[in-house]
Amino acid sequence: MFLIVASLAVFSVAALFAVLPAHRPVWCVRAGIFGACVGAAAGLLAAVQGLFGGSIESMRIPWSIPGGELHLGMDPLSAFFLLPITGLGLLGAVYGAGYQRGGDAKKLGVGWFHYNVLLASMVTVVTARNAILFLIAWEVMALSSFFLVTHEHDKPQVRAAGWIYLVATHLGTAFLLALFVILGEKAGSYEFSAFAKAGASLSPGLAVAAFAFTLIGFGTKAGFLPLHVWLPEAHPAAPSHVSALMSGVMIKTGIYGLIRLLACLGAPPAWWGWCLLAVGLLSGVMGVLLALSQRDIKRLLAYCSVENIGVISLGLGVGYLGLSRGSTTMAALGFAGALLHVLNHAIFKGLLFLGAGSVLHGTGTGDMDLLGGLYKRMPWTGTTFLIGAASICGLPPLNGFVSEFLIYFGAFSGVVSTSSAAVVSGLVVITGLALIGGIASATFAKAFGGIFLGEPRSDQALHAHEANGLMRWPMVALAACCVLIGFLAPLAVRAVLPAVGMIVPVSSDALDAGIAPAMEPLGWITAGCAAFAALVALLALLRLRLLSGRTVGETGTWDCGYARPTARMQYTASSFGQPLMAVFAGLLGTGGTGTAPRGIFPAKASHTSETPDPFRSRFYDPLFLRTLGLLALFRGAQHGRVQMYVLYVALTLIAFLIFSLG
Amino acid sequence: MNLPIDSVMLVLVVTNLLLLGLSQLRSCVHAVAVQGFALGLLPLLVRQSGGPTVWTLLVVLVTIGLKGVVFPKLLQEALRDADVRREKRPHVGYTMSMVMGFVALAGAAWLSSRLPAFSGSPSTLAAPVSFFMIFVGLFIILSRNHAVNQIVGYLVLENGIYVFGVVLLHELPLLVEMGVLLDAFAAVFVMGVAVYHINSEFDHVDVDQLDKLKG
Repeated sequence: MFLIVASLAVFSVAALFAVLPAHRPVWCVRAGIFGACVGAAAGLLAAVQGLFGGSIESMRIPWSIPGGELHLGMDPLSAFFLLPITGLGLLGAVYGAGYQRGGDAKKLGVGWFHYNVLLASMVTVVTARNAILFLIAWEVMALSSFFLVTHEHDKPQVRAAGWIYLVATHLGTAFLLALFVILGEKAGSYEFSAFAKAGASLSPGLAVAAFAFTLIGFGTKAGFLPLHVWLPEAHPAAPSHVSALMSGVMIKTGIYGLIRLLACLGAPPAWWGWCLLAVGLLSGVMGVLLALSQRDIKRLLAYCSVENIGVISLGLGVGYLGLSRGSTTMAALGFAGALLHVLNHAIFKGLLFLGAGSVLHGTGTGDMDLLGGLYKRMPWTGTTFLIGAASICGLPPLNGFVSEFLIYFGAFSGVVSTSSAAVVSGLVVITGLALIGGIASATFAKAFGGIFLGEPRSDQALHAHEANGLMRWPMVALAACCVLIGFLAPLAVRAVLPAVGMIVPVSSDALDAGIAPAMEPLGWITAGCAAFAALVALLALLRLRLLSGRTVGETGTWDCGYARPTARMQYTASSFGQPLMAVFAGLLGTGGTGTAPRGIFPAKASHTSETPDPFRSRFYDPLFLRTLGLLALFRGAQHGRVQMYVLYVALTLIAFLIFSLG
Repeated sequence: MNLPIDSVMLVLVVTNLLLLGLSQLRSCVHAVAVQGFALGLLPLLVRQSGGPTVWTLLVVLVTIGLKGVVFPKLLQEALRDADVRREKRPHVGYTMSMVMGFVALAGAAWLSSRLPAFSGSPSTLAAPVSFFMIFVGLFIILSRNHAVNQIVGYLVLENGIYVFGVVLLHELPLLVEMGVLLDAFAAVFVMGVAVYHINSEFDHVDVDQLDKLKG
C-alpha cells in the first residue's frame, strides 16, 4: 500500500507544481511531466507487486463524509487494472512531453495538472473499496478527462465534443448513483465488502434493476453500443497522448467497475451472460463497421475501441455463462481472455493513438484521404503502427491473437458440451469474433495502406517529418510489448490467472486445470510462430548476404508503367473500403453524392460519401431535440431579471414554511 | 411584556413601514440607519441577568458601528456619486407597498403563532417582527429598481435574521454573530463598489436593465 499512497502523493504534488505561478512556467510543465512519470512508475511497481506478490492489502482512514471512508485495497484484480493505467500513463507522459514541445507553457501547465489528476483518480478508482470514495474518484476522473479533451478549447468542434462527453459521463454516473443507493440501503453501509453480502439477498426485481444500472452506468464509460456516442467525438478532440490514455485505459475502468460490482450482486444467472454476449456482439460488429467507414484516423481508432470493448464483453459473457453453468473451463477461459484483452487493447490502442498523434504532428492532418507514402518519411512511426495494426486485428504472432484465442477456445468448450444453450452461445461468439476480426483486418489494411503506403496525396503528406525521440521511444516500447506478449503467450496467460481467480471462486489448482485444454495448443502456436519468425530472419539475412556488393535501384511505388503517374491515380483509403461498405450500407446508412464518370471519354466526375453515426442521427439527436422542445416551455421563466429570480426563491421558501407550519 | 425590548420592536416595525412608503433614497438610508441603531441595542436589553459581559458590549459596539454608521455612510456616498435622489419607477407603487406591508405583518403574526413557543423568550413580539423584517427586506429587493434600494432591502433582511438570533436564540455563539456581521459588511462593501462602477459605466443604476448585459 505504501507504493500506492506514494504514487498518489506524487501525482498530487506534481499537479500543483504544474500550475504554480512561476517566473519560467516551462519548468513547472517539466515538474508536472516528471511527477507524472515518477508517480506512474511507483504505481507500476505496486501493480507488479500486487499481481505477483499474491498478498491482499488494505488501508483504512476514517473520513468525515457520511458513509464514506478512505478505504484503499489491493488484490490481483485491482493490480491487473493498475498495470495498464500506470504503464500507459508513464509512456503517455513521455510521449506528451515530446508531442507538446514548444507549446504555450501556461496552457500546457494546466494540461499536465489535469493529466496528473486523471492518473491519480484512475489509480483511486481501481483501488477504492468504499462506494463513496469510488464515486468521488469516478467523478474526478470524468472531470479531469473533460478538461483534457477540451485542451484546445478555442476550436468550436472541440468544445462541442467536450459537452457531449460531459453529458454522457454524467448520465452514466447517475445510474451508478442509483445502483449504490440500492445496495447501500440494503447493506446499511457503503463498503464494497458489505455490498457483497447484501447483493445476494436483493429481491428479484431489485436484482434486475441493479444489473441494468451496473451495465448502463459502467457501459457508458466503457463505450458499449449504443452508449458509445461520446468516444468518436472526445477521442479525436483530445491531444494524442490523452486519447491514448483515455481510449487505452480510462474506458477500461468501466470494465473494472462492471466486474467489481457484478461480483457484489450474488451468483451470476445465465441471462447476465446472454446480455453481455448481445451487447458485445452489437458493439463489436457495429463498432468495427463504423470504424471502416471513417476518414479521420482518430475517429477510426475511437470506433475501433468500441469494437474491442465489444470483444472484451464477449469474453465476459462467455465467462459469466461458464460460471452459471458451473463449467470452470468456460469461465476461466472467458474471463482470462477478456482480462488479457483489456491489457492488450491498452497496449496496441495506446500504440496506435500515439502513432496517429505522430502522423498529426508530422503532417498536420488526420484525414487518411490526404495522407499516403508516409512510410518512407516516418519509418519509426510506420513500423510501430504496422505492429499495432497487426496486433489489433488478432494476427498470430502478436498479443491480440492470444486474448482472442482464449475467448474462441472458451466458446468452443461450450460448443462441444451437450447443452443446446451452450452450443448456441458458443456459435454466436465464434461467428461474431470471426466477423469482427475479418472486418478489423480490412479496416487496418485501409488505415495503414492509406496513411503509409503509396505516394503522398497532399503537400502536407509530402513534407511530413518523423516524430522526435521522446515521441518515438514510447511507441517502440509499446510495440515491443505487443511482440513480447505474443511470443510469451503461456506466461502472459498465467500472469492473468490470479485476477481471474478473484472472479471465479475456485482454488488455483482447479483454475489451472480449467485453462489446461487451451494451454497446449497455445504453446504449439507460439512455438510455430517462433519458428516462422526465425525463418523470416534467416531469409532476411540471406537476402542481405546476396544483395551485398550489388547495386540496388529504387523507383516509385505502383507507377504501372505510366510515364508520369500522379498521386491521384491511387486508390484512396475510402475507395479501398468502398466494396465492403457497399455490403453494409443499409445497416450503416452511408450516404453519398456526386456524379459518376460516363461515356468513353468521361468528363469531370466526383463522389463524396459520409457515414454519420446511425445511433446518433437516428436515436440521440431526435431524442435531444424533442427534450429541448419540451424544455423550451420553461424559457419564459428564464429572462435574466434578477428580481424575478429572487421572487422565485422567496416564494419557494415561503411555500415551504407555510407547508411545514400550516 | 418587556418594555425596553418591545419599544425597540416598535421602532423596527415603524422604520420598516417607512421604508416601504418613502421614495427619497436618502430618507430610506436614514431609516435603515435608525433601524440599525435600535437593533444594535438589543443584546444589552436581552442579557440583563448578571450584567453585560465584555463580549456583549463588543457585539453591541460593532453592530451599531456597522449597521448604524458605516453602512449608511457607504450608501450615502454611493448616492452622492450616483446623483440620484429618488426611486423613479418602482415595480409596486408606494401606497400599494404600504398595503403589502400590513399584509406581511399579518402573515408574519400568523406564521409565528404556528411556531413552537421559544422557552425563556423575553418578548412575544420578537418572532413576528423578525419574520416581518425578512418579508419586507425581500419585498424591497423585489419591488425596487435602484441598486441602493436593493442594498437597503438586503440589510433589512439581514436585520430580521439578526433580531431572530439575538432575542429568540440568546445562546447564539458570539463568533457566529461576528461572522454574520463580517459577511454583511463584505456584501455591502462589494455592492457599494458595484453600484459605483455600474453607475460610471451605464449612467444609471437600475438593476432591471442589467439583463442587457447577458450575451
